[in-house]
Amino acid sequence: MISIDRLRVGQKGVIVEELDAHIPVKLMEIGCLPGNEVELIQIAPLNDPLYFLVDGSRIAIRREMAQYVKIDLKS
Amino acid sequence: MSAALKVALIGNPNTGKSSIFNALTGLRQKVGNYPGITVEKKTGYCKLSDELEAKIIDLPGAYSLNTTSLDESVAVELLLNKRNEDFPDVVVVIAEVENLKRNLLLFTQIKDLGIKTVLAINMADRMGRLGIALDIQTLEQELDTKIALISTRKNEGIDALKKLLSEHSQLSESEVLDVNRIDAIYFEGLKKTFPKISLYKLWLAITQDVNFMPIERQSIADQSSFSTKSKDELKKMQHRETVLRYQFINSALKKAYQKDFTKAEGVQGFLDRLFTHKIWGYLIFFVILFSIFQVIFDFSSYPMDAIDGFFGWLSEWFKDNLPTGILTDLIAEGIIAGIGGVVIFIPQIAFLFLFIALLEESGYMSRVVFLMDRLMRPFGLSGKSVVPLISGMACAIPAVMATRNIENWKERLITILVVPFTTCSARLPVYLIIIALVIPEGRIFGLGYQALVLTGLYFLGFLSAFLAAAILSANLKLDRKNFFMVEMPTFKTPQLKNVGFTVFEKTKSFVFGAGQVILALSIVIWFLGSNGYSDDFKNAEEIVIAQIESTSELVSDLEIEHKISSYKLEHSYIGQLGKFIEPAVQPLGYDWKIGIALITSFAAREVFVGTLATIYSVADSEESTIVGRMALERDAVGRPIFNLATGVSILIFYAFAMQCMSTLAIVRKETNSWKWPLIQLGFMTVLAYVASLITYQLLV
Repeated sequence: MISIDRLRVGQKGVIVEELDAHIPVKLMEIGCLPGNEVELIQIAPLNDPLYFLVDGSRIAIRREMAQYVKIDLKS
Repeated sequence: MSAALKVALIGNPNTGKSSIFNALTGLRQKVGNYPGITVEKKTGYCKLSDELEAKIIDLPGAYSLNTTSLDESVAVELLLNKRNEDFPDVVVVIAEVENLKRNLLLFTQIKDLGIKTVLAINMADRMGRLGIALDIQTLEQELDTKIALISTRKNEGIDALKKLLSEHSQLSESEVLDVNRIDAIYFEGLKKTFPKISLYKLWLAITQDVNFMPIERQSIADQSSFSTKSKDELKKMQHRETVLRYQFINSALKKAYQKDFTKAEGVQGFLDRLFTHKIWGYLIFFVILFSIFQVIFDFSSYPMDAIDGFFGWLSEWFKDNLPTGILTDLIAEGIIAGIGGVVIFIPQIAFLFLFIALLEESGYMSRVVFLMDRLMRPFGLSGKSVVPLISGMACAIPAVMATRNIENWKERLITILVVPFTTCSARLPVYLIIIALVIPEGRIFGLGYQALVLTGLYFLGFLSAFLAAAILSANLKLDRKNFFMVEMPTFKTPQLKNVGFTVFEKTKSFVFGAGQVILALSIVIWFLGSNGYSDDFKNAEEIVIAQIESTSELVSDLEIEHKISSYKLEHSYIGQLGKFIEPAVQPLGYDWKIGIALITSFAAREVFVGTLATIYSVADSEESTIVGRMALERDAVGRPIFNLATGVSILIFYAFAMQCMSTLAIVRKETNSWKWPLIQLGFMTVLAYVASLITYQLLV
């Protein structure tokens, strides 16, 4: 289990069942829910923000927020 | 119009909501004017059938009713306040095919408010390409609503939406989620205490930090049992709520939605990699920015010259063709000069908004936000501050409003406070006229001195904005929730109709908002300049003639006339006002005439030129252009008033000073207090005074 800010570009994973209590509601609403797939598409030039494909939605969030989303890596 | 059906449009950003609004209302829409008047909502009218007219309210984009941005708060405040005159009879929730699942989250929340709801699924023309199949009938049953499939690009489905709205009595008002499932005991308790209010509304009132339902909020606070829930517990309940909503949505989509995942879009991925690349990304962005500048300054000079010439001609025409008298003077020198001063900005503002609209519609702007966010953060700004800072070059008013989607309050406040440093188009006429007067026409390395100075002033604007932001960021102690999220929409060809609407609407708002102030002031200045109370003013003719006779020089009639009007101006109301403040502006190198222009342009910078135009046309002479007349101005010892030191001092003053009432009004509105606009005004004025004082004393 790792948080999604530690993914490499192109890596995917599935969000774990037990959500971090501090995950912003907004992230859940955009699709960061247990069982959904997250892929890191791109990292901005200065290493932040991060651009993800979450359950079909394309969103960019800052690294510090990405820490709250934990996934199991897909091989 | 009070009998019209009230329809509110709401939807996630990037669902094409404004295209649907435009398609429904055509040009029958209005946006509130700027100074002091509500700006948050666009309204328009739409004929649904022969008997039924609908008032359409376009709410700002929202991902959900759990608010993280001001845009979302505006939407929630309207939907929870039944007493609001715009409280809708029907809500149209706008979704798009590709992100239907996420868009439906907002739909379920609206449904649970117990309002009649229609679902409009936009961009239906993309379904084939994306490999999506939808079973509309099943989806209508599952979601307990009516659905219109729309493609604004192909102009399809709008009539179907109108038909659903005209049959609004058949729409269901029932809720889709049983909120008791979030936490049965908690909601049972709520229901016992407030039996008459919908549970979901209460739940929103408890969890949301917005100003609606003040009475209900108070009574909830009084019932200690509901406020004892800790923030963490409430958040856990919100998490549970979101999971439950998605369970509902997933089960509905499972029966009605299919996607063929083999249809991938290769071009999109390539463009994304290109535009966010660490070298190409920035390079493309700066090339685009540079081209925008180039077009704005090169292309708009033609229409601007034409407009300038036209109003000069019009003013002369009125003077020649109307009987001489006060009314003619008022029209020719007050009103026409005032209107001309506003109209001349239209080309630049329209061009800038055209480019911003194209970049936003195409989806490119989100990539810029992504690229710039980390660079902006050391200054206390966000990637989302880029759009306001660029817009600020047209006008600070829409720029301040464009900060609404910045979630973090501190970043948003700093953006608002520093935006007026960017070189708005109202500064341009001041710059152009002063540069023409004091900067020589020569060239260095093939670049004109005048062009270099102008470019320098634009850089100075950005530089001071970033410096001020860094200072504010280090000193403001604000602790608010730190959130940043930007959706990266797929790239699309901009819809020209939408772009056209945006440009038209923003330009119109500027002309009517700022224009009224400028026009009114021009008339006031003209009046104050052509009237006076002192004996000197009333007997100007005799005094001047007596003076000339005493020197026994030979003077032409024209010169006598000129001397009389100068003497009159000096002793008019405005002349006396200028003399009064002269001691304060003398250290900056200004005389009383420039002093007057400083005072009047406190309302709006561009009034500076208008005032000088009015002052120097009142003091009529053979020289026909304002620049020509200003170049002739001499001080008591016969040196030109507009020398290099004074000129540069004026340029520096206008680069820093907050000379714009409309911006102060909008900042007051957006920050909800007088504290910030006053701080802004004080800071910028002191900075302007000190900087131009130093400049003048060094150069003179």
